[in-house]
Amino acid sequence: MQYDKEFLIGFYRTMVRIRNFELKAEELFLQAKLPGFIHLYIGEEAIATGAMANLRKEDYITSTHRGHGHMIAKGADVNKMMAELYGKETGYCKGKGGSMHIADVSIGVLGANGEVAGGLPIAVGAGMAIKMQKKDSVVVSFFGDGASNRGAFHEALNWASVYRLPVIFLNENNQFASTERVSETTSVQNIADRAVGYNIPGVIVDGNDVIAVYEVVKEAVDRARSGGGPTLIEAKTYRIKGHFVGDPVLYRNESEVNEKWQFEPISRFESTLFEMGMITDAEKESIWREAEQEIKNAVNFAEKSKYPEPESALQDLFESDTGYDY
Amino acid sequence: MKEITFSEALGEAMLEEMQRDPTIFTYGEDIAKQGGIFGAYKPILGKYQDRILDTPISEEVIFGSALGASLAGMRPVAEFHFADFLFTGMTAVANQIMKFKYMTGGQGKIHLILRGPDGISKSAAAQHSESIETLFMHIPGIKIIVPSTPYDMKGLFKTALKADDPVICFEHKMLYAKKGPVPEEEYYIPFGKADIKKEGKDVTVVTTSRMVHESLKASEQLAKEGIDVEVVDLRTLVPWDKELVLESVKKTHRLVIAHETWRRGGWGAEIAATVQEEAFDYLDGPIMRVGAKNVHIPFSPPLQDFVVPDYNSVINEVRKVLNV
Ligand SMILES: Cc1ncc(C[n+]2csc(CCOP(=O)(O)OP(=O)(O)O)c2C)c(N)n1
Ligand SMILES: [Mg+2]
Repeated sequence: MQYDKEFLIGFYRTMVRIRNFELKAEELFLQAKLPGFIHLYIGEEAIATGAMANLRKEDYITSTHRGHGHMIAKGADVNKMMAELYGKETGYCKGKGGSMHIADVSIGVLGANGEVAGGLPIAVGAGMAIKMQKKDSVVVSFFGDGASNRGAFHEALNWASVYRLPVIFLNENNQFASTERVSETTSVQNIADRAVGYNIPGVIVDGNDVIAVYEVVKEAVDRARSGGGPTLIEAKTYRIKGHFVGDPVLYRNESEVNEKWQFEPISRFESTLFEMGMITDAEKESIWREAEQEIKNAVNFAEKSKYPEPESALQDLFESDTGYDY
Repeated sequence: MKEITFSEALGEAMLEEMQRDPTIFTYGEDIAKQGGIFGAYKPILGKYQDRILDTPISEEVIFGSALGASLAGMRPVAEFHFADFLFTGMTAVANQIMKFKYMTGGQGKIHLILRGPDGISKSAAAQHSESIETLFMHIPGIKIIVPSTPYDMKGLFKTALKADDPVICFEHKMLYAKKGPVPEEEYYIPFGKADIKKEGKDVTVVTTSRMVHESLKASEQLAKEGIDVEVVDLRTLVPWDKELVLESVKKTHRLVIAHETWRRGGWGAEIAATVQEEAFDYLDGPIMRVGAKNVHIPFSPPLQDFVVPDYNSVINEVRKVLNV
């Protein structure tokens, strides 16, 4: 496929924005400025970026505990994201959710999810809604290799297949579920092989190749929009950082990580762009500088924002009443 | 007024609201062809066949998909088949549906209903007989309706079908065939408004669902001894009508709480604690609770009868409060 320069630079910019957000989140967490847990998407940026380039605003996604990249690629406001990581009242969830519960229903993000595989049934439901409304929207459900061992994954794929729902199940196989290597816990070599059991297409893609991801997701999205039902895509990648910031990482050695770092998606795509003559040093510099500035502004916004009033903890349970005082 | 059954009342509520609102649809196991195991969906069969779906036996998706469908603009009514099988997909209810709005800072309108049968029937044994409504009162995030009559079933369910919050509806198996008066004209019953099923001045019995009928039977027997029981049907547990309960206790000065679910940690304990906090000086005796004995529901009829409360259990506790 031929792509124009602006389109490809768009991929690069999104990945760089995600990378900068994540590097800053890591730094802030290590400085003890952020409470809770942070799961970084570093090294996996190509998946969210390539996938989301196929989506419209009214398409839905369900995300995971490692969800910052999905949010940014779907068009979320990084100020509100950063403020949420700080637990500030200007955050996406007014400080009630934190990193693992960021959502923006207005742009179709039906939630990050603190429960592994928690998003898959939700994605199926959104798919049922689309079908009943006779729309041509789609849902992309992101989930990890570990999540594919939960019952919810199997129930969701069977269900989506039976009803031919417009749901793309996008597995991010980063080789680990916290401390456990996928090969130790998973009955198949390729998670995509599980598609056979549900009579749907199963596709493997290099998750560190943004164009490849874009193309396989495009095929699946086109099929889903035209009533062809769900697809399982396994994007093979590697989790460069620990499971969470602060992970002692006792389950692998540094040399393995260094070797995998050679294949990380941003510098790989950068080389491609240079080879194709699609980017100059100056353009590259300015994309990085802009991203750094954007994230700096987000940190500024978050730090200047107030913590929520303690009493606001009693709001937002229900739409119609408070729900705590009886 | 016409006389219809409890399950017909549910069916009428569905039919009326489905006519009004094209986003309402319903799904679950074994519902699209026979209209549900108790026939409640018969009125919509044939009329809205594209909005009533049989599903795989996949409880986590039955419940979790309701959240996704409601966020995407529909009003799903998902059936749980038997209350016991809420546990099978419980994580989708407790970790997703009940938490979504709160943990996202109030985003989305989660207009979904989970509904189905609960409670005992004739020897259904431990995995088809539970009443577990207390769990959903304990965990924040869902409204609970527990109707006892066709009138309440229809009015509460119609309100649920217009609500913008998740609702769980427990329909007692022994009530589906029960008949009662329902007006011809349309009506809605608001959540959080208890109903005095029988006025009385000597002792208040706060109850729901099947135990409303057992309490009414108990009150008839006790009336023969000159004991005048007030039977208060809460109708909804989240929210529950504290004002009416306190008012009734301030009048009768005595309280018994009767539910089919286990006595230990049952919702009656919450009501009892609240009443002693807020109306201690009005009480002329201890607050007594009626509930199942703290074992599972056994199979053999004499065993089930021993474990699960009935009108005699209510009579016994009323006598204790009155010291007669
Ligand atoms: C149901 C559930 N079980 C366990 C956990 C704890 N946990 C959080 S992330 C994780 C590993 C998930 O692995 P994977 O799905 O591969 O996603 P990754 O972290 O690699 O992106 C575990 C076990 C959880 N959050 N939810
Ligand atoms: Mg993983």
